[in-house]
Amino acid sequence: MTLIRHQNGWVIVLSFVLALILTMLPLPDWAELGRPEWVALVLIYWCLALPERVGVGVGWLMGILLDVSRGALLGQHALSLALVAYVAALFHQRVRVYPLWQQSLTILMLVALHQMLGLWIRGFIDQLPNSWLYWLPSFTSMLLWPWLYLILRDLRRKFRVS
Amino acid sequence: MTVDHRQHHLEEIRAWIALGLYPIQYVAALPGRVGAWASESLASRGALIKENRQLREEQLLLEARLQRFNTILAENQRLRQLFHSSARVSERVLIGELISVDLDPFRHLVTINKGTQDGVYVSQPVLDAEGVMGQVIRTTYNTNTTMLITDPAHAVPAEVNRSGLRVIVLGTGESHRLEIPHIPANADIEKGDLLITSGLGGQFPPGYPVANVTSVARDPAEPFLVITAEPAARLERTREALLIWAGDHRPPTEAGDPEVAP
Repeated sequence: MTLIRHQNGWVIVLSFVLALILTMLPLPDWAELGRPEWVALVLIYWCLALPERVGVGVGWLMGILLDVSRGALLGQHALSLALVAYVAALFHQRVRVYPLWQQSLTILMLVALHQMLGLWIRGFIDQLPNSWLYWLPSFTSMLLWPWLYLILRDLRRKFRVS
Repeated sequence: MTVDHRQHHLEEIRAWIALGLYPIQYVAALPGRVGAWASESLASRGALIKENRQLREEQLLLEARLQRFNTILAENQRLRQLFHSSARVSERVLIGELISVDLDPFRHLVTINKGTQDGVYVSQPVLDAEGVMGQVIRTTYNTNTTMLITDPAHAVPAEVNRSGLRVIVLGTGESHRLEIPHIPANADIEKGDLLITSGLGGQFPPGYPVANVTSVARDPAEPFLVITAEPAARLERTREALLIWAGDHRPPTEAGDPEVAP
């Protein structure tokens, strides 16, 4: 992580911190269920853009932070985000050249995978959500992806993050 | 994960990570705090005067009620002495403020700005002005996570204030609905009954309001009554919470400004 050719890592850190804040930001009740999975989105972006810098390890770390901040079982988000990071890094060359709408569909699959693992672990400890709205964040994340992608791409180019 | 779920060895690690996350939490709570500050400091003079008058009236009312309460308390004490039973120990309370951050939307958890430095312990009961809010499930140095009574994993031992019938009040995951399971069809419970904590289980001190029964349905196909209730505490609107030290737990002497609650 501290090799010389890497530069401007603070942009990555800042984007993750912002994602965490957006995850905790209080929303009105009707909007709360549809809160996009900010951390997962930012993680996927960096895994696609810079898979040699951000990968499974960062995913796991962010997952642990997310677990603590959400009061979930320690390791729940860590496991699912690590897996998401792995899949994203695995397919990064293919996904990168997709048009935006196709990328969004990929994001839908990835975030759904993230939520699926979450559901699975909740099932183990008997804390299953009681409505189908559990899956709403996957769709809001999908809709948000094009904007997030463009913003983060411009940021990455402007600050020459590598 | 299994270790965390079953054995709670990781609570300390979690507390340290949570302490590191506190600045982020603080920033996330800022908009709510600024909003509250703005609505407080930009309120018109008229509104303030009105509120002031209202509060004064309320205080008068409460004081009047308290006078009677004191005599009743003394009488109660006397009667208990007559029965040679030990007098109830008065509980100590500390007021905490809810930090406006969202946790998991499918669970009912809140964050309160008092932690182990104030002597808060896991399983400590939390109340608001109207009734029981929940209990502390996790503490860090300066915050704690409280599970509300509406959380699907929460249960409070309670009793019907009118008849003394012992019940268990379960959370459902909906913020206005609690369930009371396993009550036989001939039990003495009606719509409108107040449920208070029974003190069984030793976690919640006895006598605090938990919920009001909103419906009692007899379904001939079911062996038990289908009873729903509404929490007495204003779980969604309150911004302050009372942390109570009950039973053997004593607050540290330097903790904030703990007052003696009746």
